[in-house]
Amino acid sequence: MAPKSGRTVSAPGGLRLSRRRTAFRLVRPAVSGTVRTRVLVVWLALALTAFLSFCLAVGIGAGDIAVPFGEILPALWGSGEPATLFLVHELRLPRAVVAVLTGAAFGMAGALFQSITRNPLASPDMLGITQGAGTAVVAAIVLGFTGLGSQALGLAGALTAGLLIYVLAWNRGTTGYRIVLVGIGLSWICVSVTYYLLSRAEQYQAARALGWLVGNLNERGWDHARPPALALAVLVPVVLLLTRGQRALQLGDDVAIGLGVRVQRARVALLLCGAALAAFATAAAGPVLFVALAAPRLAQRLARAPMPPVTASAWAGATLVVVSDLISQRLLTETVLPVGVVTGALGAPVLLWHLARSRT
Amino acid sequence: MTRQRSLLITGAVVVLLGLVLLSLAVGSRAIPLADVARALTDPASVDPETAAIVRGTRLTRTFVAILAAAALGLAGAVMQGLTRNPLADPGLLGVSAGAAFGIVASATLLAATGLLTTIWFAFGGAALAAVVVYALGSRGRGGASPVKLALAGVALTYLLDSLTSGLALTDPEALDRYRYWSAGSLTGHSNETVLTVLPFLALGAILAFGTAPALNSLALGDDVAVTLGRRLGPTRLRAAIAVTVLTGAAVAVTGPIVFVGLVVPHLVRMVTGPDHRWLLPGAALVAPCLVLVADILGRVVARPQEIDVSLVAALLGAPFFIALVRRRRVAEL
Repeated sequence: MAPKSGRTVSAPGGLRLSRRRTAFRLVRPAVSGTVRTRVLVVWLALALTAFLSFCLAVGIGAGDIAVPFGEILPALWGSGEPATLFLVHELRLPRAVVAVLTGAAFGMAGALFQSITRNPLASPDMLGITQGAGTAVVAAIVLGFTGLGSQALGLAGALTAGLLIYVLAWNRGTTGYRIVLVGIGLSWICVSVTYYLLSRAEQYQAARALGWLVGNLNERGWDHARPPALALAVLVPVVLLLTRGQRALQLGDDVAIGLGVRVQRARVALLLCGAALAAFATAAAGPVLFVALAAPRLAQRLARAPMPPVTASAWAGATLVVVSDLISQRLLTETVLPVGVVTGALGAPVLLWHLARSRT
Repeated sequence: MTRQRSLLITGAVVVLLGLVLLSLAVGSRAIPLADVARALTDPASVDPETAAIVRGTRLTRTFVAILAAAALGLAGAVMQGLTRNPLADPGLLGVSAGAAFGIVASATLLAATGLLTTIWFAFGGAALAAVVVYALGSRGRGGASPVKLALAGVALTYLLDSLTSGLALTDPEALDRYRYWSAGSLTGHSNETVLTVLPFLALGAILAFGTAPALNSLALGDDVAVTLGRRLGPTRLRAAIAVTVLTGAAVAVTGPIVFVGLVVPHLVRMVTGPDHRWLLPGAALVAPCLVLVADILGRVVARPQEIDVSLVAALLGAPFFIALVRRRRVAEL
């Protein structure tokens, strides 16, 4: 028998250590589970990639002067030459931070949506969440709000879209199927309203709104980084608490009910979390297409997991956005393409690869 | 049933004629119906400006609307029959986006100009998109289920839109034309435009009407259709060519208008039932009515400005789409 106190790793029939997974059981708190080695390794690798690309963005991001690799980390902590510090802290760091935060939020939101709907192609930008935020933000720009006001409206728009999808898909319960299709319909409405608002806007407002609508990281400062940072700080723990429901939903409604999960409640909670994540990310950087779709696919494939791993998807999303932003700044210097176009071009092969290989 | 069907056809024709008159009369400058009639029959009897507006801009615009809408309505009806999917629509399944991509790519990469050149690229793009969406959506267990096709279509639409805007952004001149074209919808066309696309649309329509009996057999399932003597491959190919030609030609002129092809066949089917021999002509007649209503609304609501017909059509069509999805019968198809 296991001892009464203390955290010991034990399992009925002894601890099973295999290459693929390690089963463990803790007595207090009474938790048991398995640790998949591959998932852990992929998680670490993706986190490291995200961090490295973040450093790269700080090193060779905006502006002509490259910061030597050795000086990046000290500069991040605030030591180095004043010129380097200015370059890093004022010019590059805010943009890189916004890129990482929005990428992580989009990746996570995509993982949640793909689990709720049990459909690997569902993501906030397919289902109208991002478009809801877009409509609200464009409305804010047309009405003359700036900064935090438009971000708050964007959040409200995305959450409204999320709730609307849920309510409209409700017909004696919801299914992932109806959520997807209702979301597609809603997204078209939002796009239409957005274009209508654009056509009624003043010239300078329309230019601003259009620049935002394609997913843009230009001229992003610390003001843009704070809301998504706060959102991630609050929502990530919530999402991790909801993981059990997410796993169960992935198995189908009937099995999830059999496992004792309140299916409708878990689904609406996950939907709102995903919508909020997507909303904050959209408000900060605009609808950066395909990240929410591609990042979870990438993480899931790499980890060979049965469902998109939530935090690993966040790392993959962060990497995707940071690298895309670097490409749009550095490789395509003649025309300043917004980051959304680059993520589209990078995400598309992932999507096609997935579609071509998927069996379900 | 036959009486209802005939009533639908005659009713649609009457309504369409009324809408044509209304479309000629309504706009930033309202013209009395009597003057419209006189401008059409005897242009010398009204002042030249009125005659120019009615016979020039508005008549062309109305023709373009009717042709494009009929093409999209037909294409939607054929697609729904072909894929046995109630949610099929050229806009929703990415075919329109494919045509748009073909047009912009030909303009930026090959510096192609002129409708007659670009229309071929529109066909190419539409055909490619249709093949890709169907191939992707029909993989795996369960075949081409509505949700898989819709998602594959939406995903491809976003991908192509992103590529299209990327291409357009690299070439300021093309961007200018693209913006005009993608939003320009029904305005700014000449009679030559109508004459250029007319043969293509006629070809597409003939092909589409020709497939009606075969689509009726297909609706019973592949096995039954084969037993009834249909050859699946040629039938599908013919229907797919019809969809591609109709969509490509319509998009080349008006830019993508979504939901017309989705909504209209369902409206018509409520009256005619599932028989494609009635459904297809019905869709080709009812779709222009819907688009003309959307166009007139767009002209009236925000006077003196105009709202694009594609926006109004989407705003009218999307609630219908959601209602359709909510119905249990459709959801389980």
